[in-house]
Amino acid sequence: MDQSISWITVGSVEDIPRQGSRVVRTGFGDIALFRTVTDEVYALEDRCPHAGGPLSQGIVHGARVTCPLHSWVIDLASGEAVGPDEGCAGHCPVRVVDGAVQLGLAAFRPGRGGCGHG
Amino acid sequence: MSTHTNPPTKRERLVVVGNGMAGIRTLEELLAKAPDRYDITVFGAEPHPNYNRIMLSPVLAGEKTFEQIVLNGRDWYEANGINLLTGDRVEVIDRANRTVTAMSGLTVGYDKLLIATGSTPVIIPVPGSTLPGVVGFRDLADVDTMLEAAAKGGRAVVIGGGLLGLEAANGLTVKGMDVTVLHLMDTLMERQLDRSAGALLRHELERRGITVLTGADTAEIVGIEKVSGVRLKNGQELPADLVVMAVGIRPNMALGKAAGLACGRGIQVDDAMTTSDPAILSVGECVEHRGQTYGLVAPLFEMAKVAAARLAGGTEAAYTGSVTSTKLKVTGVDVFSAGDFTGGKDCEDIVFRDAARGVYKRVVVKENRILGAVLYGDTKDGGWYFQMLKDGTEVAPVRDTLIFGQSFGGEGAANPKAAVAALPDSAEICGCNGVCKGTIVTAITEKGLSNLDEVRAHTKASASCGSCTGQVEQLLALTLGDGYAGEAKAKPMCKCTDRTHDEVRRAITALELKTIPDVMQRLEWRTPDGCHHCRPALNYYLLCEWPGDYKDDSRSRYINERVHANIQKDGTYSVVPRMWGGLTSAKELRAIADVVDKFAIPTVKVTGGQRIDLFGVKKEDLLAVWADLNAAGMVSGHAYAKGLRTVKTCVGSEWCRFGTQDSTGLGVKLERMTWGTWTPHKVKLAVSGCPRNCAEATIKDLGVVCVDSGYELHVGGNGGMHVRACDLLVKVETEAEVLEYTGAYMQLYREEARYLERTAPWVERVGLEYVKRRLVDDAEGRAALNARFLFSQSFSQDDPWAERASGSVDRHEFAPLAQVG
Ligand SMILES: Cc1cc2nc3c(=O)[nH]c(=O)nc-3n(C[C@H](O)[C@H](O)[C@H](O)COP(=O)(O)OP(=O)(O)OC[C@H]3O[C@@H](n4cnc5c(N)ncnc54)[C@H](O)[C@@H]3O)c2cc1C
Ligand code: HEM
Ligand code: SF4
Ligand code: SF4
Ligand code: FES
Repeated sequence: MDQSISWITVGSVEDIPRQGSRVVRTGFGDIALFRTVTDEVYALEDRCPHAGGPLSQGIVHGARVTCPLHSWVIDLASGEAVGPDEGCAGHCPVRVVDGAVQLGLAAFRPGRGGCGHG
Repeated sequence: MSTHTNPPTKRERLVVVGNGMAGIRTLEELLAKAPDRYDITVFGAEPHPNYNRIMLSPVLAGEKTFEQIVLNGRDWYEANGINLLTGDRVEVIDRANRTVTAMSGLTVGYDKLLIATGSTPVIIPVPGSTLPGVVGFRDLADVDTMLEAAAKGGRAVVIGGGLLGLEAANGLTVKGMDVTVLHLMDTLMERQLDRSAGALLRHELERRGITVLTGADTAEIVGIEKVSGVRLKNGQELPADLVVMAVGIRPNMALGKAAGLACGRGIQVDDAMTTSDPAILSVGECVEHRGQTYGLVAPLFEMAKVAAARLAGGTEAAYTGSVTSTKLKVTGVDVFSAGDFTGGKDCEDIVFRDAARGVYKRVVVKENRILGAVLYGDTKDGGWYFQMLKDGTEVAPVRDTLIFGQSFGGEGAANPKAAVAALPDSAEICGCNGVCKGTIVTAITEKGLSNLDEVRAHTKASASCGSCTGQVEQLLALTLGDGYAGEAKAKPMCKCTDRTHDEVRRAITALELKTIPDVMQRLEWRTPDGCHHCRPALNYYLLCEWPGDYKDDSRSRYINERVHANIQKDGTYSVVPRMWGGLTSAKELRAIADVVDKFAIPTVKVTGGQRIDLFGVKKEDLLAVWADLNAAGMVSGHAYAKGLRTVKTCVGSEWCRFGTQDSTGLGVKLERMTWGTWTPHKVKLAVSGCPRNCAEATIKDLGVVCVDSGYELHVGGNGGMHVRACDLLVKVETEAEVLEYTGAYMQLYREEARYLERTAPWVERVGLEYVKRRLVDDAEGRAALNARFLFSQSFSQDDPWAERASGSVDRHEFAPLAQVG
């Protein structure tokens, strides 16, 4: 439930390059924050479901990122690989309030494998 | 139940603070519902009756007079028995006694109070912001100040490239000023427009003579007694006689706050437009409703309706928030935006571009309903989309033709063939070369043409930018019927477009396209910002076509080229400093050894390209590693680049008993000339001192084999999965010729190969004979190619490591945003 999430501010939208990404280091691994060409912000575990590539280093296009290692394409909203590839990078709740980017870290379980939403 | 402390009057007393758009609209609605309920007093700080604020832009541009934008003249107030007090600002609200006191000292009692004080322009607090000659853009007084300044001509700087700023800039330009717009973001009106539409708008404004500087952060407004200029944080200074601040608005809530009303970003109201004091209502830009503030009239009018109903005694009416749409009021520029067009999860983008008409439309659909829309150049369907958006209309039935607009709706998909068939013979098909339909049809029948290439060769139609290719194909099909076999299509660049690499490149040249959004617009890309296939290719093509002019787009580069190091499978990086021609020294080796110790670099390896690779460097350490290597005189080896990698050499005549020429020295010269260039794919050179060929020069992109009488140049070789030995291009006599041929060959490859095509497949595709014709047979062409290569090199030989290690470029690439948990 939304109310139970506690939000931590990690920076501002302007800190993330448009069509780019920045990394937030956390106790349980890196989280990649993405900003699309239209200023949507998403957060995924910074590990490609294929072989662990750092998604934060990929090319961002539309609401997708292409992994820098072997070019899997990952949907930023769900973390899921775009067909025909299969796999999912865990996604982390994120929101933007007055330009500040906030992560709902407590609700994020890293390295679960697959995309058990909710 | 209410206990009045004031002597009771026949009617209740309503006081309105703010004679603006929302306040007076509320009165209009109220008078229609309950004309006799209140004795009404209106205070207005401005000395004018109620006018249409949004029309100040046309007043500034000279398209309207003030009289034409007055909404309610003084006679209206009189006729409705309203006591209007203009030029008198309310200073205090006394809630206990239910009175307001104005600047003039006048105190008036109320039973109900309506606060509609609007908002004020944000003035950024930089030095000089209070100098005469600095204005906001909010009221008639501001417009008068601007018109006065414009009458003297001179220069104006508008800070802020949003709706207001651009309307001000346009007006001042029309009035003869030389206008520069400073915008902090990289897209104009970024809150309303996406990047593509923003780029189109920028071009149009520039065409009208307005200078637009994006990423421009104001540091100071300069001037002694009045404004004389604006200085930016990057040091640039712009002269100015007038500075217009249009960076945003701030709800005017001071009065309410001082009276103790609950305030957030504005005066807080509930769905009944009532503040924390039940006797006080508030409407307009000064309020915060459900956490939201507004800066457009449509929501204010909805608020006014509710406030009026409540003032009239109703208990039902409720305001629940608004979805807004925006139009820019610059004559001849059509821009519309509504709703949420950022896209995202489960959203579908429908993009339509018509390059010839300068049209861009994007509608965002989610779960079969319109979520947002951005229209540029053709906004006639804005209202239609906005209505469906507000109503949550299901778009499935019209989904396929939605983007073509309302007039299209329902009738099934357009038939492009029928459309072309219906054109008269005189209709122009190819705009670039001015070829009309009749000419093409005649050529097809009389010359017996059967495909696109033949039509191009004979008529030039679709031979330049190619945007009419589709229509020419329709004409072939119409004229030849079943006799037209269609085109053996070369593969399109990627799924974002139907065009091939070659077509895109031709168009970049023919249409002088200079940015990625330009290319996507003119060539009618189907996605908002391309994909990982087309963006790097476009970035390269533009860089190659417009050396010195085009600004590299780092967001369109693969990670290795973006951070100037090779990413490894564990996410660490490798660092390869350049060793010119494979030569190194004790000083360089010592610096490398020190770096390895200092940063605990796990693996050091000699590469096949005759230099040293440091593996396992952490991203955060890259800048410091480079700084240390720079200090010892080393620069990037571009081991990560689609560019020149290495020039491998053998020892040659200096030491080798077989050596015929100074192969090492020549290798160093070649590397000094070619390093830093960007090419369609990686390029490796080599120089061997004799035909024993110890440097393996005949499997390189370009290999030089020295012989007694001169130098053999071999081209188009590579190792790898499919080894290809070079072809002999030519034999020359001097080092100077080797250098000229190399420059010319590099440039021919740069200009004509497709992105990610190495020289080996390129030479096979175009044929060695072609390369010889361009480089060997045509001395003049060779010299010109070499000159173009050297020209582009004059912009590309800055060490990317030094630029980054000094902290001036792309800092954000190398540090995490935050550390939490
Ligand atoms: C140049 C320009 C172009 C615009 N274009 C558009 C557009 O195209 N589309 C659109 O939807 N919107 C546009 N807007 C915005 C629109 O004009 C505003 O949203 C609207 O005017 C707000 O209405 P309001 O009543 O809240 O405030 P206002 O219209 O500003 O009225 C507030 C009034 O209260 C007065 N006042 C303030 N404090 C006091 C006080 N203490 N005592 C007495 N009086 C006081 C002010 O002087 C002012 O006259 C534009 C605005 C400007 C300036
Ligand atoms: C598609 C095919 C290829 C891939 C994916 C590939 C990959 C790589 C990578 C990742 C590196 C850099 C190692 C690092 O510094 O991190 C590298 C370096 C190198 N590769 Fe390849 N390579 C390919 C083809 C070739 C071919 C065809 C040759 C030559 C015959 C070759 C020769 C070399 C050499 C000599 C180096 C060291 C370069 C230097 O000193 O800068 N590679 N290659
Ligand atoms: S290529 Fe010839 S000159 Fe060079 S090292 Fe080998 S034998 Fe000596
Ligand atoms: S040969 Fe294969 S494993 Fe070795 S560096 Fe090249 S790509 Fe990597
Ligand atoms: S690790 Fe991402 S594609 Fe291989």
